[in-house]
Amino acid sequence: MLDNEEFVLENYPRELTQNPLKKIWMPHRNGHIAQRRVCMTNCPTLIVTVGLPARGKTYISKKLTRYLNWIGVPTKEFNVGQYRRECLKIYKSFEFFRPDNEEGLKIRRQCATSALNDVRQYLSVEGGQVAVFDATNTTRERRGTIVKFAEQNGFRVFFVESVCEDPDVIAQNIVQVKLGNPDYIHCNSEEAIEDFMKRIKCYESSYQPLDEVLDRDLSYIKIMDVGRRYLVNRVVDHIQSRIVYYLMNIHITPRSIYLCRHGESDLNIKGRIGGDSGLSARGKEFAKGLRKFLEDQNIKDLKVWTSQMKRTIQTAECLGVPYEQWKALNEIDAGVCEEMMYEEIQEHYPLEFALRDQDKYRYRYPKGESYEDLVQRLEPVIMELERQENVLVICHQAVMRCLLAYFLDKTAHELPYLKCSLHTVLKLTPVAYGCKVESFYLGVDAVNTHRDRPENVNVQRSTDDALQTVPAHF
Amino acid sequence: MSETQRTLTQNPLEKTWVPWMKSRLSQRRGSSVPQFTNSPTMIVMVGLPARGKTYISKKLTRYLNWIGVTTKVFNVGQYRRDATRSYNSFEFFRPDNAEAMKIRKACALTALKDVWDYFTREEGQVVVFDATNTTAERREVILNFAKENGYKVFFVESICDDPEIIAENIKQVKLSSPDYMNCDKEEAVADFLKRIDCYKLTYVPLDDNKDRNLSYIKIFNVGSRYLVNRVQDHIQSRIVYYLMNIHVTPRSIYLCRHGESELNLLGRIGGDSGLSARGAQFASALGAYMREQSIRDLKVWTSHMKRTIQTAEALGVQYEQWKALNEIDAGVCEEMTYEEIQKSHPEEFALRDQNKYRYRYPKGESYEDLVQRLEPVIMELERQENVLVICHQAVMRCLLAYFLDKSADELPYLKCPLHTVLKLTPVAYGCKVESVFLNIEAVNTHRERPENVDVDRDPAEALETVPDHI
Repeated sequence: MLDNEEFVLENYPRELTQNPLKKIWMPHRNGHIAQRRVCMTNCPTLIVTVGLPARGKTYISKKLTRYLNWIGVPTKEFNVGQYRRECLKIYKSFEFFRPDNEEGLKIRRQCATSALNDVRQYLSVEGGQVAVFDATNTTRERRGTIVKFAEQNGFRVFFVESVCEDPDVIAQNIVQVKLGNPDYIHCNSEEAIEDFMKRIKCYESSYQPLDEVLDRDLSYIKIMDVGRRYLVNRVVDHIQSRIVYYLMNIHITPRSIYLCRHGESDLNIKGRIGGDSGLSARGKEFAKGLRKFLEDQNIKDLKVWTSQMKRTIQTAECLGVPYEQWKALNEIDAGVCEEMMYEEIQEHYPLEFALRDQDKYRYRYPKGESYEDLVQRLEPVIMELERQENVLVICHQAVMRCLLAYFLDKTAHELPYLKCSLHTVLKLTPVAYGCKVESFYLGVDAVNTHRDRPENVNVQRSTDDALQTVPAHF
Repeated sequence: MSETQRTLTQNPLEKTWVPWMKSRLSQRRGSSVPQFTNSPTMIVMVGLPARGKTYISKKLTRYLNWIGVTTKVFNVGQYRRDATRSYNSFEFFRPDNAEAMKIRKACALTALKDVWDYFTREEGQVVVFDATNTTAERREVILNFAKENGYKVFFVESICDDPEIIAENIKQVKLSSPDYMNCDKEEAVADFLKRIDCYKLTYVPLDDNKDRNLSYIKIFNVGSRYLVNRVQDHIQSRIVYYLMNIHVTPRSIYLCRHGESELNLLGRIGGDSGLSARGAQFASALGAYMREQSIRDLKVWTSHMKRTIQTAEALGVQYEQWKALNEIDAGVCEEMTYEEIQKSHPEEFALRDQNKYRYRYPKGESYEDLVQRLEPVIMELERQENVLVICHQAVMRCLLAYFLDKSADELPYLKCPLHTVLKLTPVAYGCKVESVFLNIEAVNTHRERPENVDVDRDPAEALETVPDHI
């Protein structure tokens, strides 16, 4: 007998109906259909950072959390330092962290426990799949406590240790993220640095790095010297494998990512979605403007990527530099609605039009795609963007929204409504724990293609209600 | 830089937009994913005998070729067998056997020369240099060779001290090696162990300190641990990811198509129809067959299309739906019969016959696109153990081509009939295939390449190989 046989055969085959929103075929009854989601772990996963202060643990935690949420794995980070700040209210000095400070140790242990309780709440009750436990976790004893906690609750543990002895990197860390930290709000730079260095010293004496022999049964990745070297031990499942792959592809070399859409197209002017039309006259103007803009930016070794649709390629052609075409950057496939105006969609498919407004992220066009599908399609692009340095991505409205949501940590809810206007370049520069965004409108007019969510998303709404937010066009 | 924009034309086969310049059309091959390989890359294996180097070499080569990176293995042992008359004994490998050392070094150099040929004349992108390469000196020779020619080098070292794994290796692939053709099992094993000892004397593993500027991955005990140093580029990153996902645990992968569908009966391609009566019968038969097979922890995967899901429903077990397993998108030709395609798009129909692998349907996909789409499925199949994949004709051809190392030319013509399950079991360096027809009749949906693929052929010639339908 098949091991995973849970259902009585007499009930089979069950009738299938197609979910009207996502266009997924599901059995009539309530049976649970596992739709291929990224992480097929049944156990929730607890990622535990390990490392001295200023080794990039919080940077990694936040970035990893952002990535996992973007690909659809509900993830949350728990920063124990944050708990400590809430508990203590005021940070006096590094003395709090001295290994002989009993009072301090007690508080710190309490904070860790409190954080773990919240982890349990998130993973077991709130439906989270991954929790990132961001703390130094530098002693074997502390890690042992966490492993025990995970065992008791049926969580898998994966350690991420960051080891770095390069004084330049550490100094840069301190400048970028510690000086602006609430702990040092009332200090000047020099005092802050001095105190922080002493803080690190407090941890050094009791630091027990993950050991090849003693910890051989644990699952972990040791990141050495900001990614020059990795030690990976006992990856047990899909999500851990994806996490390792991601961590091995990110870097911290300063660079900028430029995102923009193709120049205005002939179909844009007519208010039609999708298709594969060429640039309008104004679109060509934009392309020329883009070339000038890039020249002024004076970017080192810029890579240019386009989709395989005519309008992005025409835009890139104007730049006079080599570019790479990615099919994955193609605009969302609107299926039966391709090349229609919103008015026509309302006329021929009013139900579809309403469903889309109800849940724009998950809505899949008949014989087409959803934003959710787009994100999956774009994952390899994001992975390669992480590997690269200076890149210009010339893409499309829905695609650009997905990419932007990744960099700016926007939710699935916000994503489909992000404003990505024609003829505007967004320059994203990683800074501290996030991304600085600069918006450059290149001064060439274009139609507005942004349709906001109307007030009435009811299937029975009037045509006027449905078309209330459609932008003007010819 | 010229002021005039180059005009774009759409390549009629792959439907990619390319600037209209005489020589440039060949450069951008129009695949759906940029290749990201500028310099040729040499993957250099390192390790004692029976550590899985050849297994890894062949598997990696198969994977890279499948995703479109032209790769070739150069096995120095093969060169040695060609150079020496016959294999006598382990004595050949003794480090004090000067005569043999000369031959072995010459073989390595000959192999390197062939590597150069492959990169230069055959435009290969990746070479896997499969040999023990256990001394720093030998690796230095390779590094210098690569440096002189502008090749990148990535080492893959396999370290294993588990005697059971080594014994299993020897049993699986050494006993049947040409070297031991005329020996009995015990003699072969004894000799091979002595051979390993010869290498142990001079083995210097990649050193964390001395070799810190090299790019490499060290695999410990068949994957329980990895050390990765200085990954330089995209292809090396992909290689590391692949190597970290493969395993050697015995298991089987079952591939089949959905049961016969309504559109199949009508000779129509694509669409999202349900099962025919015979298709439903197949689904039950499939359930019975899988139960008979008595498989431990079987995972079942389907596409998002009704016909595969209906098939899985009949099994009475949990299954996962993958959008990536959906049938190839025939774009404007969806739900047409071949006769209708010939009538409305005769040129497209001919182009497809000219190059079925690269041909992209208008507003649809090509087999080449399919492979890119299926890569995450293959990666997850490598991670998993026993899996049944219920999919579609073109999809199944792509997956099968990966497991059986079929070329892009052969892939679109692989036979994947309805109602037939293929059971793939990894064995030695390849895959054993068992084909099981579940005895429920179904239409044939396999269309062979016709003789005349010319754009101005007669309709009759075009439709010559179309299988029967209602």
